[in-house]
Amino acid sequence: MSILIMAIIASTLRLATPLIFSAIGGVFSERAGVVNIALEGIMIMGAFFSILSMHFFNSPWLAVLVAILAGIITSLLLGVLAIHLRANQVVAGVAINLLAASLTSYLLVMVWKRSGQTDSVASNLTVNPFPVLAKIPVIGVLFDGLTPFVYLALITVAIAYYVIFKTPFGLRLRSVGEHPAAADTLGINVYKTRYIAVMISGALAGLSGAALSLGTVNLFRNGMTSGKGFIALAAMIFGKWHPVGALLACLFFGLAEAVQIQAASLGLSWIPSEFLQMLPYIATILALAGVVGKSVAPAADGEPYEKGHR
Amino acid sequence: MNKENKLKIFVDNIKFPLLAIFLSFIIGSIFIIAVGKNPIVAYAALFSGSLGGLPKIGETLLKTTPLIFTGLSIAFAFRAGLFNIGAEGQYIMGAISTVAAAWIFRDLPGAILVVVIIFAGAIGGGLWAAIPGILKAKLGVHEVIVTIMLNYTALFFSNYVVRKVLNPSLLQGTEQKAYTVLIPEKARLTQLHEFIPQFEYSSVNTGIFIAIFCAFVIYFLLFKTTLGYELRSVGNNRYAAEYGGISVSKNIVLSMVISGMLAGLAGAATVAGLTFKVDQASGMPGYGFTGIAVALVGKNHPLGVLAAALLFGILSNGARKMQIAGIPKEIVGIIQGVIIVFIAGEAILKYLPSLKKKDKKTKEVA
Repeated sequence: MSILIMAIIASTLRLATPLIFSAIGGVFSERAGVVNIALEGIMIMGAFFSILSMHFFNSPWLAVLVAILAGIITSLLLGVLAIHLRANQVVAGVAINLLAASLTSYLLVMVWKRSGQTDSVASNLTVNPFPVLAKIPVIGVLFDGLTPFVYLALITVAIAYYVIFKTPFGLRLRSVGEHPAAADTLGINVYKTRYIAVMISGALAGLSGAALSLGTVNLFRNGMTSGKGFIALAAMIFGKWHPVGALLACLFFGLAEAVQIQAASLGLSWIPSEFLQMLPYIATILALAGVVGKSVAPAADGEPYEKGHR
Repeated sequence: MNKENKLKIFVDNIKFPLLAIFLSFIIGSIFIIAVGKNPIVAYAALFSGSLGGLPKIGETLLKTTPLIFTGLSIAFAFRAGLFNIGAEGQYIMGAISTVAAAWIFRDLPGAILVVVIIFAGAIGGGLWAAIPGILKAKLGVHEVIVTIMLNYTALFFSNYVVRKVLNPSLLQGTEQKAYTVLIPEKARLTQLHEFIPQFEYSSVNTGIFIAIFCAFVIYFLLFKTTLGYELRSVGNNRYAAEYGGISVSKNIVLSMVISGMLAGLAGAATVAGLTFKVDQASGMPGYGFTGIAVALVGKNHPLGVLAAALLFGILSNGARKMQIAGIPKEIVGIIQGVIIVFIAGEAILKYLPSLKKKDKKTKEVA
């Protein structure tokens, strides 16, 4: 039984990892006032470009860097549309999601000469980076199931919390998301701050994509994100736009997925798997409806800022 | 308003969408050149594949049908100031409701049954959209996030119904299959090739007429009725509308329901005219997201939606023909994405001159 529990904890952490990166990315962007529906598309870019660079350079950490870079570049498109062109941020996000899905499947055909999925690449990022820990009795099994991305995700949450709440940059970030005009009056560059926030969210969502492709299956498949970007968005809202809240929400959603996978061994196969799959989405709607405590978005979230305009 | 003015407004309205489409095709040709093909050959294949001959036009109209419905759905919500990202989910609920109604009322005579199942699809989509409508009206919850969440909820709910409720193995004792029971033949929409034989091999059906009819109904509703005036007022400025004595919350719920019914009709028309069943699905059908593009290109005008839906119908049907010519069909997706990017950024083209002036003024003051 303890082995089963450890296995479930490990797979919860593993399944939550891509969500954590993206959700924290969402926290950065929305705290600065830019709604990021594009998380899904940025994840797709990260997932694809990490596999692409593994294919050409065969260096896992370089591949992770490329994924981050691809994420940043994609997020810049959102930045330009949402911040400078004052486009409807949701429309911009939808456009990026559509574009990312088509662009990656186009490049997939160009490079691998077939559609659907890429060849497998061999990376060492799917294995436990600290084999020593696996020798610990009882909980050793847990560590065996953890990839480097899992540790990285937890560190990211801590850093995000520190940056957003304990640094001057974090203060500026939050102020442009709450009241950009007031921040502007204080001499904070609203556009620059928002661009940085969107680029951080792009970097993290790109990393999230790498965690999904390099960190689990070592290949890219069309549609492999299957709405995980939206789940991350849900986790961010469920976690009330707070890094720790988002982490807990991601773990909750990860657990729901882990339980669904292990349903048979847990004796839960009487619950239709579809209902467990629905859980994160319904939970988010309930959170928004105020059933699980009030959840308030940053005041200027989704509002384009126009200098000198009231 | 005189005729010249009307013409000018019309030209102003279609200028940007046309420019966006044009630029997207240019960008698309870069991707075609990158695979070592000739863009002219590729686009010729695309258009001949979707418009060359009645059977191909039939297939294009078949692809256009659900896009008219979802485009109308999103445009209608936009007019009322709501962003319905949930057309995917409402489509799914519409489709599964259609099959459910066909099963429940299978003993009704054919002509009545067709009407019943189409209405069931509209109601399924409408009720699903009522959820974000009520949450928005009563609690002020933003509809974008709720509708996204409901898309996935609908997908899994539909899969559950497909596997466990309307599965032929449970109902007819045949082997388990991951699709629902078929709707009875008498409940299906008439295929156009039955009375116009030139449409041979194409499954275009009377659904296209229902879609066009709906576009005119929505046009009439929006621009010729008090209800439409109220809905548009709420969309333009909900506070002013409230001050003017219009019930904002009633109008929000109502416009979401109508929007959802239109998306539900897309599902109903697909089930009753083409698939006759619902399959277990791993992802979104995509009509809802393309519907956003259709609404944007169509300037949220019912007649613009008809034209835009036809364009996207041509693109998606021609994609296959392009693939046969050795060009990845994904290029069509890129073109669609780029069109939305341009239209999303359209504001800049419009406001750029006035912006520059403003910036200068601010600088002068400073």
